[in-house]
Amino acid sequence: MLTREEINNALEERHTKEVQNRLTKARVAIAGLGGLGSNVAFALARIGVGHLHLIDFDKVDITNLNRQQYFMRHIGMYKTDALRAELTDINPYLEIKTDCVKVTEENLPALFAQAGIICEAFDDPEAKAMLANGILELYPEKFLVAASGMAGYGESNAIHTRRITEHFYLCGDEKTEPSCGNGLMAPRVAICAAHEANLITELILK
Amino acid sequence: MLKVNGKELNYVPGTTIAELLEQLNYPVARVAVERNGEIVPRKMLSLTLVEDHDVLEVVSFVGGG
Repeated sequence: MLTREEINNALEERHTKEVQNRLTKARVAIAGLGGLGSNVAFALARIGVGHLHLIDFDKVDITNLNRQQYFMRHIGMYKTDALRAELTDINPYLEIKTDCVKVTEENLPALFAQAGIICEAFDDPEAKAMLANGILELYPEKFLVAASGMAGYGESNAIHTRRITEHFYLCGDEKTEPSCGNGLMAPRVAICAAHEANLITELILK
Repeated sequence: MLKVNGKELNYVPGTTIAELLEQLNYPVARVAVERNGEIVPRKMLSLTLVEDHDVLEVVSFVGGG
């Protein structure tokens, strides 16, 4: 077991103390812990983002393993529980809050009150729009990093990050939704997730 | 003239944003709309009239994540 100091020193060695202080103070909420959210959570946990709020109502299913950061032993577990356990294995000193709920217009205000940056990582397009509209209307000062379009394989360069406003960004190719023979697959989904995580890192450090 | 996602369109007085979205085949339940730099609350889409020279940004979400 590593001490808090050992882990922090290692992170500071990689990032510098100044950068690490900012990462440690950051508060990021990840709405959806599937292909996007689990990958974003891993990336942010690895660089030591100090406060992660993980939100998902669902359980790990065998069909998730083709792209989501879970293992066989997690099948049947709530994603919040599974992911929290995995992230704790990377850095047990991060503050990880979980909410095993479906996000609605009613619970949105309370759920996202504390985060400075919100990562939209749902798969349902109406849920994506509901979350985006809710955050943009209620919390215009917070940053929203959303995603749209990442199915299939190839065309890596079509995945992009687009600034919509100073506080609203969109990652993905904005058009490819899953279809027969062109479903969600680990490599391309990971590119989109990395866009989200990398932008979140940039927003924390700017 | 209006601008929607960078494209110029004719301005027709008396059109609400919701009507414009429908004309352009955007599914209202899957979009976030910005008008002249500000988010238009969902409830206001069918109550807000488009005005001449409006610049609209329509973010249309597709499934997958």
